[in-house]
Amino acid sequence: MNTRVNDPMLPRSFRVQRVRRETYDTFSLELKPARGNGGYKFSPGQFNMLYVFGTGEVPISISGDPLNPQKLVHTTRMVGPVTQAMGKLKKDDIIGVRGPFGTHWPVELAEGKDVVIVAGGIGLPPLRPAIYYLLKNRDKYNKLILLYGARTKDEILYPRELEQWRSRFDLDVHVTVDRGTGDWRGNVGVVTTLIPKAPFDHTNTIAFVCGPEVMFRFTVIELLKRALPHNCIYVSMERNMKCGVGLCGHCQFGTTFICKDGPVFRFDHIKDLLEKQEI
Amino acid sequence: MDNIEKLIAEHAFFKGLDPKYLKLLAKCATIEQFDAEDIIYREGKPAKGFYLVLQGRIGKEVNVPHRGPITVQTIEEGGVAGWCWLVPPHNNCFTARAYEKTKTVTMDGECVREKCLEDQLLGYEFYKRFTNVIIAQLQATKLQLMDIYAVQS
Repeated sequence: MNTRVNDPMLPRSFRVQRVRRETYDTFSLELKPARGNGGYKFSPGQFNMLYVFGTGEVPISISGDPLNPQKLVHTTRMVGPVTQAMGKLKKDDIIGVRGPFGTHWPVELAEGKDVVIVAGGIGLPPLRPAIYYLLKNRDKYNKLILLYGARTKDEILYPRELEQWRSRFDLDVHVTVDRGTGDWRGNVGVVTTLIPKAPFDHTNTIAFVCGPEVMFRFTVIELLKRALPHNCIYVSMERNMKCGVGLCGHCQFGTTFICKDGPVFRFDHIKDLLEKQEI
Repeated sequence: MDNIEKLIAEHAFFKGLDPKYLKLLAKCATIEQFDAEDIIYREGKPAKGFYLVLQGRIGKEVNVPHRGPITVQTIEEGGVAGWCWLVPPHNNCFTARAYEKTKTVTMDGECVREKCLEDQLLGYEFYKRFTNVIIAQLQATKLQLMDIYAVQS
């Protein structure tokens, strides 16, 4: 019986507590186990396989607070049939959850250092658990800097939370949009343009980067220009993950499996693979 | 070193420039302040020079019929606004608007061009520095054009 309960291939039933619309095509699901009151432990940066019964299963990073395991939160964008069906779920609907899977942002390794978090678009949700963790353990870190790029002002995720973080004064928040429309009077330009001015000490900094692959490639170039070593940069990779435990091979990336060896990688460990166009 | 020369020397754009050139360039410089929403220069009008941003934020806008102004880039403290004074016909390619209270060292384009003609080493230095600014801007524009956060079909 225990074997079945711990089987990573067996989804557990969770009940939808709340569906929150974030932008026109992005939403957050708050989930709670359908049976029992146990919490859901995970590390910042890990993901779950979410199963919409009758439609399919997709990997979605966890975007809630790792220190508040009673509430499991996922933010995702409606891009395919499964996420579109997920977006139609209502309070008390049931969804299957397998996980948590994968590696995490090295928040322990970052202690005593400046931490630069660079997020692009839908890359902010996988970083939010790390931000919660860093803020709850604020005295263990030096400067915390969040650089976030979105497509337009209407596609900025968690705007209220960004304002709250900015008003804390112990987290340096910079937001930029690619297209400055209407009454937007903040930064306009890609997120990489924020890096040259980010106030971190390159000799004692760790960077967490998440966003589309092309965005983090250029982000890494800018971080290297600031003399941040390769081994102090961590990136989160995205591929077509299916089993979540490195068996099916769908997310194979050279000699690694994104679901098991990632999604969070130290940049120098995958640098050579990223340079190969064939994979 | 007088105040304006010091401001030029401390700005990222002129970092490491030979002090004799700083003295020379200070003769082409004035300090300006703009309130939020002030137009600094207009698209298509003669480009008077360039602006070293000391404080605040400048938005580079293109006016699109029926849509109004679209901001393509903002320039903050340490940045430089305005390249069109460099090459004929010396007309502004964008409209620049102060997005908040903004302070600049404004360099007179004609005056700088004259200094560059008189001393071509200074001219070479100027074009090298502006090339870096333009390359950085082109790289950023390339990423903007790719629309990397859009849903990939």
